[in-house]
Order: sequence, then C-alpha cells, then structure tokens
Amino acid sequence: MQVDLAQNYFELFGLPVAFDIDVADLSTRYREIQRRLHPDKFSSASDQDRRLSVQMTALVNEAFQTLKDPLKRGRYVLRLRGIDTGEETDTAMPPEFLVEQMELREALDDARYAQSPLSRLLEIGKELQRATDDRVRQLSSALADPSAASQERARCLVRELQFFHRLHDEIEALEDELA
Amino acid sequence: MALLQISEPGQSTAPHEHRLAVGIDLGTTNSLVAAVRSGVAVALPDARGEVILPSVVRYAGNAQPVVGQAAVAAAHEDPLNTVASVKRLMGRGVADVKRLGANLPYEFTATESQMPRIRTAAGDQSPVDVSAQILRVLAQRAEQTLGGELAGAVITVPAYFDDAQRQATKDAARVAGLKVLRLLNEPTAAAIAYGLDKQPEGVFAIYDLGGGTFDISILRLHRGVFEVMATAGDSALGGDDIDHVIAEWAMQAAGVTDDADHRLLRRLLRDARAVKETLTQADRAELCIERDDGSRWCDELTREDFHALTDPLIDKTLLPCRRALKDAGIRADDVQGVVLVGGSTRAPRVREKVAAFFGREPLGDIDPDQVVAIGAALQADILAGNKPDQELLLLDVIPLSLGIEVMGGLVEKIVERNATIPIAKAQEFTTFKDGQTAISIHVLQGERDLVTDCRSLARFELRGIPPMVAGAARIRVTFQVDADGLLSVSAREQSTGVESTIDVKPSYGLTDAEIERMLRDSMASAEDDMKSRALRELQVDADRSLEAVRAAVAADGESLLSNEERARIEHCLNELAAARDAIDTDTIKRAMAALEKATETFATRRMDASIRDALRGHRLEEFSE
Repeated sequence: MQVDLAQNYFELFGLPVAFDIDVADLSTRYREIQRRLHPDKFSSASDQDRRLSVQMTALVNEAFQTLKDPLKRGRYVLRLRGIDTGEETDTAMPPEFLVEQMELREALDDARYAQSPLSRLLEIGKELQRATDDRVRQLSSALADPSAASQERARCLVRELQFFHRLHDEIEALEDELA
Repeated sequence: MALLQISEPGQSTAPHEHRLAVGIDLGTTNSLVAAVRSGVAVALPDARGEVILPSVVRYAGNAQPVVGQAAVAAAHEDPLNTVASVKRLMGRGVADVKRLGANLPYEFTATESQMPRIRTAAGDQSPVDVSAQILRVLAQRAEQTLGGELAGAVITVPAYFDDAQRQATKDAARVAGLKVLRLLNEPTAAAIAYGLDKQPEGVFAIYDLGGGTFDISILRLHRGVFEVMATAGDSALGGDDIDHVIAEWAMQAAGVTDDADHRLLRRLLRDARAVKETLTQADRAELCIERDDGSRWCDELTREDFHALTDPLIDKTLLPCRRALKDAGIRADDVQGVVLVGGSTRAPRVREKVAAFFGREPLGDIDPDQVVAIGAALQADILAGNKPDQELLLLDVIPLSLGIEVMGGLVEKIVERNATIPIAKAQEFTTFKDGQTAISIHVLQGERDLVTDCRSLARFELRGIPPMVAGAARIRVTFQVDADGLLSVSAREQSTGVESTIDVKPSYGLTDAEIERMLRDSMASAEDDMKSRALRELQVDADRSLEAVRAAVAADGESLLSNEERARIEHCLNELAAARDAIDTDTIKRAMAALEKATETFATRRMDASIRDALRGHRLEEFSE
C-alpha cells in the first residue's frame, strides 16, 4: 500500500507553501501529528494500520526534516515550482561567490597549521554562519518574488547554501580530528 | 510470532481488561524482567528471590540448558559449554568474532553462513539461540509470577546497536515465542524509569556503562514527547573490559600467557571482577593466580594503580559523550540531568569522571542494574494498551547511517545517522545492459566512505525487472526503517509499475527459513500441534482485524465512506467472519487479504483525518493559551 503523496509537505502540516516559516510552530504541529500517528499508538492494531502508521510517520519525519532546514526547504519550494536546483550538474557560479568560496576554503586549509587550530576553526565557523544567514535572507526575498530572474537567483542561492553546508561538515570533521 | 490472547473478540477493548506485558533488559552480563504490578514497576524475582539472571547459558548433552547463576557456578569447570556475554556476538559476523576472539574461551564452528556458531555439548548454538534461552527463562519467570500468558514484551537494546544486532535480538524473541511490542533503546528506558517524562521539558544525558557496551544518549523532552537528539557509544566497551585489563595486568606480572588453560583464564576473570568490586569500597585488593604447574602468584592492587589501569577505559567513554553533545548541537551545561545506568556506574571513579565532564552530580538512586528493565516495563504497560490516556511518546533516531555500495567500493548514504525513525528514503536505479532483469544492491551501515570500513547488512537481489534497453528501466527502491530501527526494502519499476521481488541475504542474520527451523526445533510438539497453533494464531489475527475494522467503520464510516465502499467493506467483514472458523488457513488468509484491500483507502483517509484533527486541536490550544 502506498501512502497518498499527492499532498505536499506544507499541506501535510496545514501550512501555506512559503519559504518563511516559524520553525517553533512547525515543531509543535509535527509533535501533535506524531502523537496521533506514531507506530507505538498502533501496537495492538491490525497489521494494515500498523504498516500504514509506519509509512505515514516516515513521511511526516521526512517532511519535517525538509521544512525545518532552510537549505532543504528552499530546494523543496523550488521543486514544487518545477525548478530543479541541479546541484550535481550545474557548477556555474557567479564570480563573486567563487572568490568568497576560495577564501573560505583556503582559510580552512590553513587552520590546521594555525597557532590554535580549534579557535581558528571557531572563527571560520562564525564567518560561515554569517554568510549562510545572509544567503537565507536573500533566498527568502528571492522566493517571495515570482519573476523568472528571481527564481534563477533563488536557484543559485540554494547551490551556494549547499556549498556552505559542505564546508560546515568539513569544519566539523576537522574539529573531530583535532579534538 | 504472536502469542494467543485469552479474551474473546470485542472484550479486548473493555476498560478493565489488563494485558500482561513485561519489560526485559537483555544485558551482556545480567538480564532482568520487570512488570507493572499494582501500578508500580518492579523487577520480578525468581523462586529464590534473585531478580538478576546472569546472562550465562550452560549446555549439557540432551538435558535442558542451564541458565543463570547455576551456569555461572559451572563456568570455570566447563568453559567450552558455558556461554557468557553472548550479547557481544549478536548480529556479528565470523570475522568480528575472530577480532574479539582473544578473550573468548569458546570454540567456534566454521559455517557456510556468516553467523558464528559456538560448539557445545548440545550441538552448535548461534548467539540467537543462546539469547533465546535467556529470554525463555525470563518469560517463564514472568508468567509464573504474574499468573498468565504474556501479551508481549518490550526488549531493550543499546541505542548504538546496528540493524543486524537489533534484528538478531528480535529473532531471539521470536525463537523464544515472545511477541515483541517494541525494541526500546536502553537509555530511553532509563529516562522513563526516572520519570523524567513527568517533567514539562528538558535535555537529559543517559550514561550507560554496562558489562559489554557503552552508550551515551542525549534525550530531549518537550510537552510529553521524548526525542532522542543524538546517541553515540561503543558497542565493544564495558565493565568486562575493566576485568580484562586487571586480568591482563595479573597475567603479565605472573608470566601467564594467552594460550593458558581455559579454566585458568575463566577463574582469573572472575577474580579480577571481585577485585574491581572490592576497590569500589577498599583502598587495596589482593589477586592470586594458580599457574598450570600448580605454583601460585599473588599481588596486591592499590586503588591508585587500579585507576592508572582503568582511567584510559573510562576516558574512552567521554569521547562519545563529546560527539553526542555535538550531534545534538548543545553544550554540556545545557544538560539538566545525567542518569547513570549499568552496574559499572557504581564505581566511584566513573561517577567522579562523569560529574566532572557534565559539571553536575549524576542521578543514581534507582538501582543502576534494574533501571532499564523498570523503564521497559512501564513502556510495555502502555504499549499493551493498559494506559489508553498515556501521553508519552518516544521518538527514536537511527544510530548509524544507512547506505548502499556504489562504483569504486564507495558508500552512498541514504539515511543519515540520527534521523528520526520511522523513516523511508527512495532511490532510483537503472540497468546498464539491454534486457537486464535483475540488479543486486549491497546495503551497509556506518559513517565511513569505504565499503570495507562499514558493516555489511544485507545484499538484495531485485528480480522481475521487465526487459528493456540499458538505462531505460527506472527502479525505485524504498528503504524503510521502522520504529524498532529495523530496515526493510521494497522496489518498483516506475515506467511499468512492476513490483520487483527482493531476495534478502542478511550478512550476519538468520534467514526466515532458519528461524522457522529453530522454532520447530525448540518446540517439543509434533507437526500437528504446530499446524493447529498456526491456525489459532491466524484466528486471533482475524479477530483483531474484524474488531479493528468494525470499530473504525462505526466511528468514521459515516463521514469517510461512500455507500458503495461501505457495502464492500461490510461484505468482506462478513466473509472473514465466516472464514474465521474454517480449518483451512488459506481460506482465512484470503479473506483477510480481501478485507485489507477493501479497507486500504479507508485506512489512509482515517490517518489523514487524524492529522487534520491533530492540527485543529493544536490551533484550539493556541487560542486557549
């Protein structure tokens, strides 16, 4: 049996399709739904209901993970509008971004040899957070504007956020290695 | 396999019917069973008043295996037939066992399958068999104490257990004839035991140092919902290792080597444990070894030397603590309570180090050996339906990432570590040859990039792909992890809608056929008994479906079903009610399948309606606040 996937993640939580979202409100809605649908509530139910409950909660979990993260949410909003962000295939980026990315990467490569690598990593992490927050703000306004140019801008911002996300993972990995 | 319910259909929802359910802590060193009695969860003692059942099984010829203290007593006389710490072997492959082998005094038989078997006087035993023996003894104890058949059990596992280890645990329950209501993570059980769920909200750390495993879990509680934020640990680190370093210290000092007599090694481990226990109170303890040649070596271990030997092991537990905090995105001082679990946390040195790490005194007033079983019993009581108004909900996470093998021996992650379960992820595959009708997929679990560094869970063969030109087939494979953390896989060819069949070859587990065989072997009854038992179980299932669907139709039939749909369901209900008394299991199965098909859409609509309802409730709540 397949769960009805016709409704999108926003509708699932009774929310309008919009990038700007109140994550605390989303979390509350998520928990209320889990309270009703979780397999533990069906441990004495029929096999069919148990299976369905697993499928539904899996869907709700996936929806929650997607909507609570700005990068995934942005990508998802674009997908609902029929726009593929093409992170794997499309590597053309604006030159300013390429410079910014190169600087961050060099900083990360050098951090290992810094006087105090961990505090240097902390600084780079903060810088990265600032850059990320800035992109999320830009993404919010780009997605609010329905023009084609704006959609293209949003698509590019998602790819930039994806890059920051990977860099964040690398910082964490290096932190683990140095700790 | 489901145990028979005693009640008649229709009565099982009666308000006062109490179903017997237990919590079982299937531990490396010790196991316990607990149940809620008169509203209080207590560990159930055996006839001699002991609540702890040592997880040791001794096999002897045709006689029933001996489990517990009696087996421990015989362990150093009969080491090859006495299996201890079998939990460490659960879901492990032959190669893993060889790696652990230096400290395991058993003989393993080479088998075709990956699952290791221990050679005993009563034949070769898999870790699943051994665990099933322990579970059987606990289930019997519970049925005798509680005076009735068990409706089911909640069995605890370390939060860090991978899929193979969880599956092996569930298989052991199946072989022991226990219905598993839920595999519950040990730390979550401990948090329930401390009633942390009664608090409005907070973040808690559960530090669990047992005999053979270490777990740290960060739990968040928010409005009655428990969420595992992160877990980390080491499934091969525990109190046993402390015994081993003491034993190794003594062996080195006494000039005894690894290949010494099994009995001597076993005795030494026992004495090393006694030294460890003495040193929780005393400043020094004596240890002696009787060598093979009859000569004797004795020395004293001071607490200071003991710390020097064991501090590296305790410090090893703090690394996962750090990682779990990080995964949870919090700092040590965000933690509002630290719960100690496991006999090894009685050691003052462990408490000291944990207190220093988290900057607060840990909670430890419930017996750390019993706390997990007690929490499991509370949860079992809820899942058995004895507390319909219970608000508590546990949202668990998958402890290790799941991935599949791609070109170049690399692992592509499909489900990320610490994702909330249940979870389902789909991935599309295609063929690379014209007319190709099968694809093989290798599923792995772990955080590393190379296949060789991860644990192989299973190999799947997708068959029945319609022949097409290379790259035209689009096979969508869905990996689903259920609330117990167990993986299942389904596949469908997208363009034709053909469901591919999947052959699972679990890398370390048992196939269904093997479990069936073990079940048969474990039953003294003849085949006829097996058949009539299967029939009775099917009838119970049928009754449950009848009851559930009738109740659902009565509640929501009016609003969610068209007249036609409702008539179709009523028809199938009548068919099943008639088929239920048939002698032929196939007739019942067919009628059940028909009813399921007729109610498919209805069931989905009801879940949808339930979501709407949940969200409506949420908005009302906001108004009233």
